[in-house]
Formats: sequence, structure tokens, C-alpha cells
Amino acid sequence: MKRNDKSLRRREPMTDTMLLMTITIAIFFAMYFAAMAIWGGGFLRWQRVFDMLNDNAALIIISCGLTVVMIGGGIDISVGGVIALVVMSCVVHLNAGGSILSAALLAIGIGLGFGLVQGFLISYLEIQPFIITLAGMFFARGMTTIVSVKPQKVAHEGFKLLMKTKIEMPWLGYIAKKGNLVPARMEIGVVVALVIVVLVFFMLRKTKLGRSFYAVGGNSNSALMLGVNVKRTRFFSYVLSGLLAGIAGFVFMMHTGAGNASNASGAEMNAIASSIIGGTLLSGGVGNVLGTLFGVMTLATINAIVTTSGLRDPWWQEITVGALLCFFIVLQSVVLTLRGKGGIRQMIPAWMKLPGKAEAAKPVEMAEPAEGPAEEEAGE
Amino acid sequence: MAELMKKTKKANKKNLGGYAQLLVPLLSILLIVVFNLFRDPSFFSVTTTTNNLGNTVLAGNLISILNSASELAIIAMGMTLVTAACGGQDISVGALATIAGSVFVKILRGGEITIGSIVVGFLACCAVAMLFGAFNGTLVSVFRIQPMIATLVLFTCGRSIAYWINGGATPTISSPLITALGSFIPGCPIPTPIIIVAVMAVLLALLFRFTTLGLYTQTVGVNQRAARLNGISPLVMKLVSFMLLGVCCAVAGCIGVSRLSLINHETMLLEIEMDAILAVAIGGNALGGGKFKVSGSVLGAYAIQALTTTLYAMKVPSTDVKAYKAVVIILIVIISSPVVKQAASRLWAKTRRLTAAKAGKEVSA
Repeated sequence: MKRNDKSLRRREPMTDTMLLMTITIAIFFAMYFAAMAIWGGGFLRWQRVFDMLNDNAALIIISCGLTVVMIGGGIDISVGGVIALVVMSCVVHLNAGGSILSAALLAIGIGLGFGLVQGFLISYLEIQPFIITLAGMFFARGMTTIVSVKPQKVAHEGFKLLMKTKIEMPWLGYIAKKGNLVPARMEIGVVVALVIVVLVFFMLRKTKLGRSFYAVGGNSNSALMLGVNVKRTRFFSYVLSGLLAGIAGFVFMMHTGAGNASNASGAEMNAIASSIIGGTLLSGGVGNVLGTLFGVMTLATINAIVTTSGLRDPWWQEITVGALLCFFIVLQSVVLTLRGKGGIRQMIPAWMKLPGKAEAAKPVEMAEPAEGPAEEEAGE
Repeated sequence: MAELMKKTKKANKKNLGGYAQLLVPLLSILLIVVFNLFRDPSFFSVTTTTNNLGNTVLAGNLISILNSASELAIIAMGMTLVTAACGGQDISVGALATIAGSVFVKILRGGEITIGSIVVGFLACCAVAMLFGAFNGTLVSVFRIQPMIATLVLFTCGRSIAYWINGGATPTISSPLITALGSFIPGCPIPTPIIIVAVMAVLLALLFRFTTLGLYTQTVGVNQRAARLNGISPLVMKLVSFMLLGVCCAVAGCIGVSRLSLINHETMLLEIEMDAILAVAIGGNALGGGKFKVSGSVLGAYAIQALTTTLYAMKVPSTDVKAYKAVVIILIVIISSPVVKQAASRLWAKTRRLTAAKAGKEVSA
């Protein structure tokens, strides 16, 4: 039994993962339903959900990569820079007469290149992941302006068509004021993002590699003794993150269609925040990519609520997101500490205790005490 | 405790007095100096010019490096302490410095600017920064959240809070006193920020000399449990380190405001958190906590600024500097990586054995 001070005591890492994820999903739905009840309007339409997905498809993809890296006990802050570089290079490539296929290959190539180099330096030369990926971010951002300082717009006809192509879902549409049916629209990028979420989910759940990410992140020494190739596992986590960043860059380009040096600025921190809200611990070994998806959606919902609720001053958005983040990390810390001490069972009133079913009932109970600290944090 | 300190000192003496870790930052600076000597020796010339206020002042690339690295050096000092005590880094320093600068501007805009109001403003922004530092510190020590995640909160919303404090995009303050704080005091040829860094360094050195802060911080960083069993509270040490970093941020924020006589919450000290962490790493401090040397981080800060200034002198566009900087950083960390170090020391031992064997043969012959 490792009684470490830094990492919270983890006896059943998988259950922690499930617990944190369930809390996030419960809070997301609670928040969304509250928004539906209070503001109605746009929140009642499916299109609002799809808008949030359309805007955040690239963020979902890099968050998946970051979740894997964080489960493995590392960090990758180069992803935002890689997106900017990919978008800029692909736009320049397309405008110079390249085809869509070669642009996609270029995107994947840049992402893989970053992943391979960073993974090698971090896992085999044992350099701090923060420093290497920070340098990676600097390099990517610098290269973006070297490729082109001026913002570039895609002029490629085929690609413009690809950008405009949207999947229409009439059965999720709504009747507009004029009486005509407006179908719900979803961009192709969202499909890519959701497919990646599902793939990474099954990779983490079912494959040997996926399980070794948890093993390495939880305790690399034990993993080594159990015969897991720790270095190679870490290496793969960064390669995967780089690859996904490349794909995210392409998806980002399909959404905006323009290369700009300030593209995706701060995306890495948003991705880290989403992963944390989704229940991934930076110390490693705990996390779930499904939670990450809901983490992104929670952030998007908060932003939508702030805009809808009439807090028009420009500073409220970030302050609310900060308060929300603060609430989530404090909640996670409290939940995990209480679990370590076996305190939750004692906190639950006796009449709510169901022998044997306590595990399933827990998340529901946790959502309630959570409201207290939320108000405190919002006051700061 | 005094005995323990003595023992540590003795142990340190054996190990080059702990100065071995300064090798990396010194080597990086040396590398940049040698590169510049070959490139253009006039890079190092220091001249005196008369600025537009009629003062005789020093000018030149060296002065510019020392001057513009001031904020970075001051923040790196605090960051070293946080890194040593918590084994993690604070990524909210830029936001925190902006908040402090905002408070400074807010108070100075409230009335006439005199030396008294500047002192009051400075003390107020120190207090605010310490409060926010304590907030970060509480998240880290009481709730046991990793520093990077805990400070992500302020990183996300800090600049917005600074915006909120003043309620406008770029409030300005104009006064000869503020200009003196940001550039030159009349009659003194040395830029004031350099003097402020020197004062901060002396204060910190005195703090380490006359209190057990350094030793306790290191103890907590090396092993919290052991520290607690010895009666040192890791909770308090972490909180103190974050509050000291808050003070450093406040000083940096005031310098930043005085330089421009205005505050821009979006661009002020942008990405300084990354540079500060880099300075700590180049300074040879373990990012996982424990042993530390503040002087290493300060040297690291100057190395980073020297690199930037060199790139500017080579007419590299300011937007492209990052890419070249990244390459140099990667080279430095590869050289100082444990694997490469081990390989180098193995090689060194091998050559020594070989030469010894050779010498032995010669003697026997």
C-alpha cells in the first residue's frame, strides 16, 4: 500500500475513474437541464448541442490525446501550437495547388513528427515532459509564422465544398418562425471527433496498450515489475497525442478555413481543463475519454450560459470558467480524499444506505454536497 | 537545527558546494557569449548616451539583456521556491503579475502620484498578490492538487480579473516618478529595473541567510512525510512559497506597468510563466522538487534573455524567435538530460581508466 502524500490514495483506480466521470456527466446534464428550464429558447433545440460540437470538434480530438498522455502520467502542451502549424501549412499547401488528400497526409505527418520526436526525447532521454512539449509549442508557433506571417484563406474549391458539407438531421430539427423545418446540422469534423472518441475509448478499455497506459501512470515501478515496457508505453502516448493533434488541425481547418498565427491559442490549456473536468488526474492512472468528451461539453455549456444570461462584460466568461474549474478540482480532491479515508459511507445518512448497491448510489449523493463549495468559489 | 545546517554545508562543500548545478546555466551563457564573439564582437560594446530626458545613461546589448530580463529574473526567484517545495510549477505568474499591476494602476489613478502613493500602491498590490498566492497555495497544500492544475484556475481567469479591476482596456498613468521606476532615475546611469533585481536578490539572500526558509523548503520538497515527522509543516512551507512568489509577481507587475506607464491585460508579461519555468529548469533545479539554487534560476533567466536579444540582433523577426529559441532549449535539455549525463560520465570514466592504464604501463616499462 503506497501511502503517498502527493497522489491521493488509490486502492481501486478504475472505480475512481468511473466515479469522477459519473460526477462530470451528472453535472453536465444538471447544468444543461437547468439552462433549458431557465433560459429555454436556444437550449431547447438540438441545434445548440450540435453547435457546441461543431465549434469544439478539434478541442475534443486534442483532449482525447491529452487524456491518454495524462493517464500515462505525462503532459503535452504542444497540441495547440501543432494545430496552428498544421492549419497554416495545409492552407498554404492547398493554395499552392495541393490536393485535399496530400493536405490530410501533411497534417498527419506534422502531427506524427511532433509526437515521435517529443515521445523519444521524453521517454528515452528521460527529459521532463513539460519542458520538451513547451519547447515543442514554441517551435510550432514559431514555425507557423515562418510559414506565413499573414493570415491565409483557403482558395481551393474542393476544400471549400468539403467545408460546406454538413450532415443534416431533419428529425432533430425545429420549426422556425416562418413555419419551415430547419434541420439540425453537423459538420464532418464532429463525426471524425466522435469516431476518435469511440476508438480511443475502446483502445483504453480493451487493448493491452490501453491498459498499460493506466499501469504506467498509476505506478511506473510496479508496471515495470509486471513486465510492462514503461518507456515504450510512454513513447506511444506522446505519438498518439501528436497524431491526434495533427488530425485536430485538419478538423480545425475544415471548421475555420483560414490559417492564422493565433489559431487555437490557449487550446492546450482548454484541453487540459476539459480532461480534468472529465475526471482525469494529472498524476496519472485515472481518467476516461468519455468523461473528457463531457468535459469539453461542460466548458461549452458554461460559455453558452454566460453569453445567454446577459453577463455581457468581456471578463465574465473567463472568470466563470475559472470558478467552474476551481470547483471541479476541489470537488475531485475532496471526493478522492474522502474515499481514501472511507468517509463517504459515513457521510451518507443511514436510510440511504443500500447494502451492496452503495457503489451505484454514490455519484447521485455526491452531486448534492457539491453545490455548497460551488457557491463559495463563485464568490471569489 | 544549526548542527544540521552545518552538516548540510559540509556535505555541500564536498559536492563543489552545490555549485555543480550552476554548470548548465553558466555553460549556456558561455555558449551564447562565444557565439556572439564570433558573430559580431561589437555586440558587447557598452556606450553612454543621453536619453530624451537629458540623463546620461548606459546603453548597449548587455545592458538591454540585464534590463529586459528583470521581470523574468524576479519571477524565476519565486518560481524556484515553489518548484522546490511543491515539486510542481505555477503557471499563473503572468496572470498574477497582471492582477498586481492592475491594482497598482487602480490605486495610482485614484489621486496624485507621489512617492507616498507609489509606496501605498506597491504595498496594496503586494497584499493582493499574496492573497492570490495564498489561494493557489491553499489549493496545492490543503486540497493536495498538483500545482499546475491548481494554478490553471488563475491562469484561465487571472487576466480577466485584471481587466475587471480597471474596467477598461488600457488605463494609463503618467508621472515622471513612474518613468523613473521603469527606466532611469535621474543621475543614475543604470536602469532602475536592474537595481530592483539586485535589491530583491539581496533581500532573498538575507532571508536564506538568517532564516531556515531555504533548508525547510528543501526538506519539504525532498520528502514531505519526513519533514512533517521532524516538525516542519509542509502545509505552511508550501503556502509561504506561494505567497513569496506572489510578492515576486507583484514586483514584476509594478516594473512592467512602470516601463510602459500603462497596463494592457492581454499582452503584459505574456507567456512569462513558460520562460520562468524554463529558467528554473536551465538553472539546474529539479522540476520534481527538492534541492534548489535560486542563483541558478536567475542565471537561467539571463541566459534566456541573452538568447532572445542575440536573435533580435541577428535581425530575426520577433514572431519567429520562438522557433529558434525552441531549438536551443531542446539542445540544452538534451545535453543536461540524465541519460546523456550518464553516458558522458561513463565515457569519462572509460577514458580515465585507459589513460591510467597507459600511465601504469609506462611506469612499469
